[in-house]
Amino acid sequence: MKNNADIIIIGSGVIGNAAAYYLAKKGCSVIVLEKSESIGNGGSSRNGGGVRQSGRDKRELPLAMYGIKNIWPTLSEELDMDVEYYQQGNLRLGKTEAHLDILSGLTKDAAAGGLEVRMIGGEEARAICPYLSQEVTGASWCPTDGHANPMLTTLAYYRKARQLGVRFITGEGVQEIRKIRGKARQVVTQNAAYEGATIILAAGYESRELASQLGIDIPMTQALLEVLVTEAQPPMFYQMLGTAAADFYGHQSTHGSFVFGGSSGFEGVNRDNGTPTTASITASCICRGIMKYFPMLEDVKIVRTWAGWMDVCADMVPVISPVEEVPGLIIAAAFSGHGFGIAPMVGLLLSELATAETTTLDLCAFRYDRFKAKI
Amino acid sequence: MQNNKDRSRNLGDYLPAADDAMIICRCEEITKGEIRKAVHDGMFTLTEIRRYLRTGMGLCQGQTCGRLIKGIVARELGVSPLDLEPAVSRAPMRPLEMKVLGNEK
Repeated sequence: MKNNADIIIIGSGVIGNAAAYYLAKKGCSVIVLEKSESIGNGGSSRNGGGVRQSGRDKRELPLAMYGIKNIWPTLSEELDMDVEYYQQGNLRLGKTEAHLDILSGLTKDAAAGGLEVRMIGGEEARAICPYLSQEVTGASWCPTDGHANPMLTTLAYYRKARQLGVRFITGEGVQEIRKIRGKARQVVTQNAAYEGATIILAAGYESRELASQLGIDIPMTQALLEVLVTEAQPPMFYQMLGTAAADFYGHQSTHGSFVFGGSSGFEGVNRDNGTPTTASITASCICRGIMKYFPMLEDVKIVRTWAGWMDVCADMVPVISPVEEVPGLIIAAAFSGHGFGIAPMVGLLLSELATAETTTLDLCAFRYDRFKAKI
Repeated sequence: MQNNKDRSRNLGDYLPAADDAMIICRCEEITKGEIRKAVHDGMFTLTEIRRYLRTGMGLCQGQTCGRLIKGIVARELGVSPLDLEPAVSRAPMRPLEMKVLGNEK
């Protein structure tokens, strides 16, 4: 098989797969290279599934709003697969005055960005989600937020792109992006060299190493997140939930299980063996957080816990940008733990960048060279 | 594994079989036919099958069906079951109530 294509994508996460799909739809030939044996084995399969606008940085808000308005509602139909998207709102819960202050601040910022979000009282929150504890005194409410299944979304883009002729190769870790005549052109792995006119680097945290070989540094770190999954429960509520104190976040899935994420506070110093590993103290801590808001879930059984790494950018906003010093290279990385909800939109924008079209939204805020020292 | 790396590899058409309706993952009620079809949809690893279909994601966490699924997927791909990496086992070993897992006393 030929190792040449119009576009080579490094990383088969939801971003890379979405870009591959939209490019294939435009008629481009695409090869996707994935280091892991499995498709989307990084953050794309290890996140809370939030499709949120509220709580986002104002630079990211237009991407989130555009995707929720124009892509998410019809995504299952477009990809011929149920991605379990629910648009039943996001409640961010508070129990104390200090919590409500935090929530009011977030709400004010988001409303200034044109988002429909407002503060509501405890009774109104319980009218939306009747299972909430009486201790909840208020919440921020964004009715157009929601959640989807990240594993299915990632695999749905993969499946559809594959049907359209995109070539995916797993277990194919990239060692180097090589320039030819001043342009990024060749992608070298242990086994082969691939060539494309455009190269999209969407390899999460690993993007940093590959970009640095070309003299480009994306200031990001890896941070651990942990999630627990319960046994299936009868359908109860489909809002996306979070709390002002960040005790936990999550939702009930189509299957009936609850998926709740959280932290122990020791994530920065946990031991690991080079893979994202759950710590013995974290799931317990998340359980205590959940029971403070949903006491009626105390008898629900936890069947599974898992961990993942986020590629956290210095300013908590991703890099989605062509690189001027390296023509032909586009970077899409450092999504900082909230990339899933904007992934379809980012995939669409990447397909426009890679085909030199005018992008649907302005991407200046996501440039790779925006990082400046504080003085 | 070399064999499974290129996801454009032609597996031939999915041909329905007489025992396709047999339930393999009892917790999540996933049939043999669904598993075979998932392979043809491009899900070549046990991890992908699990995320795509929910096999082994129920109460027993795949302790019952894990080996059966491995055999079905290997046959569909035309590789040895030994070439397929098992999906990761996750804590806790047995389902635990929130109030028990969350109790530090």
